[in-house]
Amino acid sequence: MAISKRVVLHFPSRLVEQPIIYKLVKDYNLVLNILKASVTPKEEGLLILELSGAREDYDRGIQYLTDIGVRIQSLGQNIMRNDARCTHCGACVVICPTGALTLDPKTRMVNFHEDKCTACELCVLACPPRAMEVHF
Amino acid sequence: MTRTIAEINEKIRKGQAVVVTAEEVIDLAEKKGVAKAAQEVDVVTTGTFSPMCGSGAFFNVGHSKPRIKIGGGRAYLNDVPVYTGIAAVDIFIGATAIPDDDPRNRVHPGPFNYGGGHVIEELVAGRDIRLEVTAYGTDCYPRKRLQTWINLKDINEAVLFNIRNAYQNYNVGVNVSDNTIYTYMGVLKPNLGNANYSTAGQLSPLFNDPYYKTIGIGTKIFLGGGIGYVSWHGTQHNPDVLRSDNGVPRRGAATLAVIGDLKQMSPRWLVGTSMLGYGATLSVGIGVPIPILSEEILRYTTVKDEEIFAPVVDYSEAYPGRSSEILGEVSYGELKSGKILIQEKEVPTASLSSYPRAVEIANTLKEWIMKGEFLLTEPVAPLPGVEAGITFKPLNERPIEDNRRI
Repeated sequence: MAISKRVVLHFPSRLVEQPIIYKLVKDYNLVLNILKASVTPKEEGLLILELSGAREDYDRGIQYLTDIGVRIQSLGQNIMRNDARCTHCGACVVICPTGALTLDPKTRMVNFHEDKCTACELCVLACPPRAMEVHF
Repeated sequence: MTRTIAEINEKIRKGQAVVVTAEEVIDLAEKKGVAKAAQEVDVVTTGTFSPMCGSGAFFNVGHSKPRIKIGGGRAYLNDVPVYTGIAAVDIFIGATAIPDDDPRNRVHPGPFNYGGGHVIEELVAGRDIRLEVTAYGTDCYPRKRLQTWINLKDINEAVLFNIRNAYQNYNVGVNVSDNTIYTYMGVLKPNLGNANYSTAGQLSPLFNDPYYKTIGIGTKIFLGGGIGYVSWHGTQHNPDVLRSDNGVPRRGAATLAVIGDLKQMSPRWLVGTSMLGYGATLSVGIGVPIPILSEEILRYTTVKDEEIFAPVVDYSEAYPGRSSEILGEVSYGELKSGKILIQEKEVPTASLSSYPRAVEIANTLKEWIMKGEFLLTEPVAPLPGVEAGITFKPLNERPIEDNRRI
């Protein structure tokens, strides 16, 4: 069974200079799409990936990453809406490029679809009351 | 059919007043007809919740021992500079004030994370705020420095006094240039990438009383979650603009100056707001009750989004250059559909004004009135209307020659 998931990988500084992504492709047969990368030599690295492949390969690949010390988070956990600050004005809906922030035509409330969020962070500063928060 | 505010108040006191929101009255009048609806309904409530830069607050912080004359000195609340050019311990903070060391737009677009609006929100939320003062010292006010925490509950007066709020209609902001621009109408993407608007449309107070036949100086309102009053017409009040047959202005027109005791307001309705690349401000919740004194007044309150039109303005060149050129007009019905057509291009829309919050305000005001907690007031003077002959003046610069220095 094929699977496709968006994950956030945190690399400790000792792993930053290793070709880990190459191994995911070569040894685990995974297709990947890099959504965001921040790698600074000698510091922690961060990579947001969409990983697709057979379920078995995906699980083995994740196991490999965990074993070598990569911390894995699912994407939805990273961009969060502070519901106490969101006023549902809707300024974000034209800023979000992936349709993760949409307006309910009936209630005119803003819905946040975490599964569609690619953590591009464009909404964070465009939100007037600053309700969108980054938790990497 | 006519009724007086005194009669309506009598019904409110007895818990018998019939109150509906400006949204509900639309359906009611469609079902029963305007005449019948006007007979039944005593009050229509409105609401709006938007960034409103013309907002600020006065404080009297009390006298320290020994005394300090803040007046004429320099003072800060949480590093945000406040106006001190009044009496000894009175200060004023404006919604758009920002700390002296804020990076502003040095790296464009600046985030403007904290300003006067945020200080007001934090004060209303009951948080301690740092007050720092430097003064010049006098015989009767010897002290030159003061650093202290203050809290809303401990200071003498805290008065929200907004010199321009609740604009009757506003531009729809777009960008025809090739680069993203960062404006008070939000982030506007290039080549008509989006269109941002900023009123609650059919729920907005002044759309429901387009000729100010009931709203005047002294009108009691919902302000920032508490009670406030219309204190004057707001700055840039400009009633004599193009209007539709229903009387509703098709351009920015009237504005309100409003006042109220900050101590009974709530941070849910006074929210510190940051406009990327533009500045800090305050989002304010306002609701105005409209007494149904006649059938005519009720008819005005039945206005709906499809019948209210706003001009589309380019904020990349036309607005900054003070050109009066517009790219067309669209209705709030179209704006709320999520896309509008400009120059044959389908443009996604977004609002800076929260409609769900406007609904909540209109409903809250309705509850207050139905419970008998909120009586209506008779205006002590009308707002200047179309006939007042007001013109919206630009600043025509006159160069100052050297020999005219005093």
